[in-house]
Amino acid sequence: MILDVLAAVLMLGGAVSCFLGALGLVRLPDLLSRMQAATKPQTLGLLLILAGTALRLEMDSAVTLLLVALFQVITAPVIAQLLGRSGYRGGVVRRDTLVADELAAKLPEDRPS
Amino acid sequence: MTVVFTVVLVLLCAAGALTLVRLLLGPDTLDRIAALDVLVILIVAAAAVYVAIHRDSSNIPMLAAVALIGFVGSATASRLAERRRGGR
Repeated sequence: MILDVLAAVLMLGGAVSCFLGALGLVRLPDLLSRMQAATKPQTLGLLLILAGTALRLEMDSAVTLLLVALFQVITAPVIAQLLGRSGYRGGVVRRDTLVADELAAKLPEDRPS
Repeated sequence: MTVVFTVVLVLLCAAGALTLVRLLLGPDTLDRIAALDVLVILIVAAAAVYVAIHRDSSNIPMLAAVALIGFVGSATASRLAERRRGGR
């Protein structure tokens, strides 16, 4: 009973996090902030949902779910880094919305990167 | 418990619909790749909810497979988008 309530709370939290991330994906103004909404809330939401699922399964199936969570935690930053790199070098990133732009000094506009 | 699962699935469906909006609007290829990546995560999450509803662990390897293949797809697509734009 207690496990069921705990699983329900975790899964609801995860679904709300996923939903808010998708809302941010639509509402936010430029590529980098959209990427923020695409990676962090989604990863948190997936982890919470997987935790809620694990509470409803036997121990050995739950270990495989841990593997899925591990994949997600490893791959989400890689995707975000690749997208950010492509966006910055391709000029998709809006420079005027950046608070700090440390790459600009290292990567001049005129140099073919 | 049924109510909770219904609410969770409805929220995930709404998130998927919003992600599809971003996928259609673009405006850049990279935005679409990010949206597709989110869509893969949402599919994995919904499949995990299915596993939780039926207490059926036979679908768990599918979750791992979909997560890994989604990663390979997004990584390849973003590299391709960069190259096509004339980057390195």
